[in-house]
Amino acid sequence: MFGWEFPPHISGGLGTACYGLTRALAGFDVDMIFVVPKLFGGEDGSFMQLKEASNIEITKEKTDTEEFWEKLKYIEVGSSLIPYLDPEVYTKLFEHTILDHNEIKSKIFSEKFDFSGEYGTSLLEEVSRYAVVASVIAAGNDFDVVHAHDWLTYPAGIAAAEISKKPLVIHVHATEFDRSGENVNPNVFEIEKRGMLAANTVITVSNLTRDKVVNRYGIDPNKVITVHNGVDFGTGDFPDIQRGVKEKVVTFLGRITFQKGPEYFVEAAYKVLQKDPNVRFVMAGSGDMMYRMIRRVAALKIADKFHFTGFLKGDDVLKMFALSDVYVMPSVSEPFGISPLEAMRSNVPVIISKQSGVAEVLKHAVKLDFWDVDAMADAIYGLINYEGLTKMFKNLGKKEVENIKWDNAAFKVKNIYESLIQ
Amino acid sequence: MRTICFYFQVHQPFRIKRYRFFDIGHDHYYFDEYANRTIMRKVAEKCYLPANQLFLDLINKYKGKFKISYSISGVALEQFELYAPDVLNSFKKLAETGNVEFIAETYAHSLSALKSEEEFKKQVEMQTALLKKHFNVEPVTFRNTELIYSDQIGEMVANMGYKVMLTEGAKHVLGWKSPNFMYCNSINPRLKVLLKNFTLSDDIAFRFSNRDWTEWPLTADKYVHWLNSIDKKEEVINLFMDYETFGEHQWAETGIFEFLKHLPKKVLSSSDYSFNTPSEVADELIPVSAIHVPHPISWADEERDLTAWLGNELQEEAFNKLYDLESKIKACTNEDIQKDWLKLQTSDHFYYLCTKWFSDGDVHKYFNPYSSPYEAFINFMNVLSDFIIRVENC
Repeated sequence: MFGWEFPPHISGGLGTACYGLTRALAGFDVDMIFVVPKLFGGEDGSFMQLKEASNIEITKEKTDTEEFWEKLKYIEVGSSLIPYLDPEVYTKLFEHTILDHNEIKSKIFSEKFDFSGEYGTSLLEEVSRYAVVASVIAAGNDFDVVHAHDWLTYPAGIAAAEISKKPLVIHVHATEFDRSGENVNPNVFEIEKRGMLAANTVITVSNLTRDKVVNRYGIDPNKVITVHNGVDFGTGDFPDIQRGVKEKVVTFLGRITFQKGPEYFVEAAYKVLQKDPNVRFVMAGSGDMMYRMIRRVAALKIADKFHFTGFLKGDDVLKMFALSDVYVMPSVSEPFGISPLEAMRSNVPVIISKQSGVAEVLKHAVKLDFWDVDAMADAIYGLINYEGLTKMFKNLGKKEVENIKWDNAAFKVKNIYESLIQ
Repeated sequence: MRTICFYFQVHQPFRIKRYRFFDIGHDHYYFDEYANRTIMRKVAEKCYLPANQLFLDLINKYKGKFKISYSISGVALEQFELYAPDVLNSFKKLAETGNVEFIAETYAHSLSALKSEEEFKKQVEMQTALLKKHFNVEPVTFRNTELIYSDQIGEMVANMGYKVMLTEGAKHVLGWKSPNFMYCNSINPRLKVLLKNFTLSDDIAFRFSNRDWTEWPLTADKYVHWLNSIDKKEEVINLFMDYETFGEHQWAETGIFEFLKHLPKKVLSSSDYSFNTPSEVADELIPVSAIHVPHPISWADEERDLTAWLGNELQEEAFNKLYDLESKIKACTNEDIQKDWLKLQTSDHFYYLCTKWFSDGDVHKYFNPYSSPYEAFINFMNVLSDFIIRVENC
C-alpha cells in the first residue's frame, strides 16, 4: 500500500483515512506493507508491519518497536512529498528550504540517496523518484495486490504493479478538480488519469467522487466502486473542558483553502452576528487562504467575535469540538469529509455542504449548497437558538455516526482484493 | 550662536505572550514576562547602562556645556522598576547633573492622542507623575508617541501647559522650509515646535554602521564638518533618535560609542555650536513662523505618516475594537483591568500588524517578534477578546 502520510503526522484527512482503513483491514487478517514518503516517529504500527525506507536498498527498521509490527510492514521513503501541495507551491517551499537548511539537507540525504545523486527539486520529479523507489520495494517484497492512495502515489503504484505483475487498486480520496476547482494542473490530471486507467479497480470515497472519475476522467464505470469512509474514534475520552466564553461557538475546522469554502463561512458569520451578538465563530486550521480570511474578518469588523486558532493537532481538535455548539463544513468540493463525523460524535450538530461525499451517508445533518450563505446563516441561527432542534440533531447524530465504521469499508475493500486475486 | 538639541527616545513595550483561542475566558495574564525580562536585560547591558555611563562622563567632563534630553515611556519606566533597577538608578544620576531634560509623553507610548483627549491627558499625567517620582522633575517639553503631531494634537498639548513639542521634520510638511529653525503651532502659537533633522539624525541612527553607505565610516570630524557647512543663519539642529541606537541597533563593535565620545569635544572645539535641551532652545529662540500640519505626521518610515500603525484593515479593526471599550473602562474600578488597558494600548502592538513590507520592511522586521502580521493579529485579538469579556463583567 502506498500512502504519503500516517498519524500522528498528518496534514489532512488522508492520513486518518489510511490509518482507519489499514487498522480495520488488519482486523480482517489482511497483511500489509505500508510505504510512506517520510516517517517522523511516533506512528502507531502496532497492528501492522512498518518499514522505513529512507534508503531503497537498506530498509532501516526501527528495532525497538519491531515486535509489534505484525500485520503491516511500514516502509518509509526519504522524500519530501507533502500532501495538499501543488507543484508551484512545492517549488517555492523547497527553494526556501534549500536556502535555510542547505547544510543539514545535504548531510541527511547524501548518505541515503547515493543511487540517484541529487534530491529532486520539483514535486513531479519527486513523484517519479518515488515510483522508482516503489519498483525496487516491489521487487524485494512479497504481496498480492498493490493499493495506492491519491495521485502522488499513483506512479509508484503503477510501477510496483508492473514489476510484480500484481493487480492494482487506485484509491481516490480526492481529485484535482476538488483541490483546484476548474484550474486543474494538467500534469496532475495526467498522472491521475494514468493511474485510473492502469488500475484494475478504482475505489472512490463517495458517489460524488465516482461521478467525477467517470465523467471527468472518462473511466469505465464498471471498474469504479464507491467505498464510503468510516470513522475511527479511537479510545480517547472526551476532554473535560471548562468553557471560557458564555456565547455559543460555531466552528469551521479544516484546511483554509479554496476546496473547503472558508469564505462562505466568514460571510455567514457576518450575517449571523448582525442578528445575534451572542455567538462566536472559530476558524481552526491553516492554509493558503488564511491571510485573506483574516483580512476579510477585520474588514467586516467582526474580529472580536471571529477567532482563528491556526493548525490544530491531536487533543486540540477534540478540545475544539468540545467547545463547539455548531460545526460547519461549507466545502466547495469534498470527496468525503471525515471531520463532521468527528464533530457529531462529540455531540455537535453539523451543517455540511451538499457538495460533500459525507452528505451521502449522513441523515441527521443540515445539508445545503456551499454558496448559499443565507441558508447557512439561517441554519446556524436556528441551531444556536432553538434548543429542540439542537437536541434532536445531537442525539440522533451521535447514534448515526457511531454506526459508520471502518469495518464496513474494510470489508468491501477486502472483497475487492479477493475478486482481483481470483 | 547655533545649537544642537539631542533627544533620545527610551521605550520598551510589554510584549504579549502567545495567547490561544482556548485561553479566552480562562487566562487573564497576557504578557510574556520571560521575553520582557530578557529583552530588558539584554538592552540594559548593551545599551542603557553603557550609554548612560558614557553620557554621564561627558556631562561631567564638559561641565554644563554638553546637554541631552530623554523621553522615557511609562511602560519602560515600569519595566526598569521590575527588571532593571540599575538602569533606573543610572538615569537618576543623569538627572542629578542638571544637564539632562526629561520630556513628557504618554504613559503607554500609546496612540491615544488620535482617539481620545481624555485618555491622552490621563496617560500624560501618569507618565509625568513617574518622572516626578523618580527624577524629581516637572517637564515643560512634550513629545507624542513616535513624534506623532498635527495642529490639533499640538493645540491639545498647548492647552495642557507645555511650552514646546517635538516632532518630525517631514518633507511633505516643510516643503522648501528648513527643519533647522524653531516653529510654532498654527492654532496656538504659544506652543513652540522643534522639528527633527532627519538626515543628520538618521546618519547616526540608521546609517552609521552601513558599509554600503558612501560616507561610511562616519567620524566625529566628518560629522562636525557637515554641521559647519550648514548655513550660518540656521539656528538649531534637532537630533532625535531611539536611545537603543547606541549599542542595540548599532552595536558597540561599530564604534558608535567612540563616535559619541568624540563628538562633543569636536563640536565644542571646532564649531560655533552649543548643546541645549529642548526647553532651553524654546526659551532662547524666536519662532520663525507657524507650521501647518492638518494631517498627523510621525517619524516612521518613508511616508512619515500613521500607516505604520493604522494603515491596513487589521490595524484599524484592532485599534477600534480596543478603543470601543473606553467608556466602559472609565466606569470600571478594577485595578488589573486598568493596568492591562494601558499596556494593550502601546503602539507597538499595532506596529506588529503592519503589512508594508517594501520600503521599510527591514526596520519593521527587526522590531517584530511575530513571523507575520496575521499571526500578530490573531494573538492580539484573542487577548482583546478575553479583555472584552473581563471589561463587560466589571
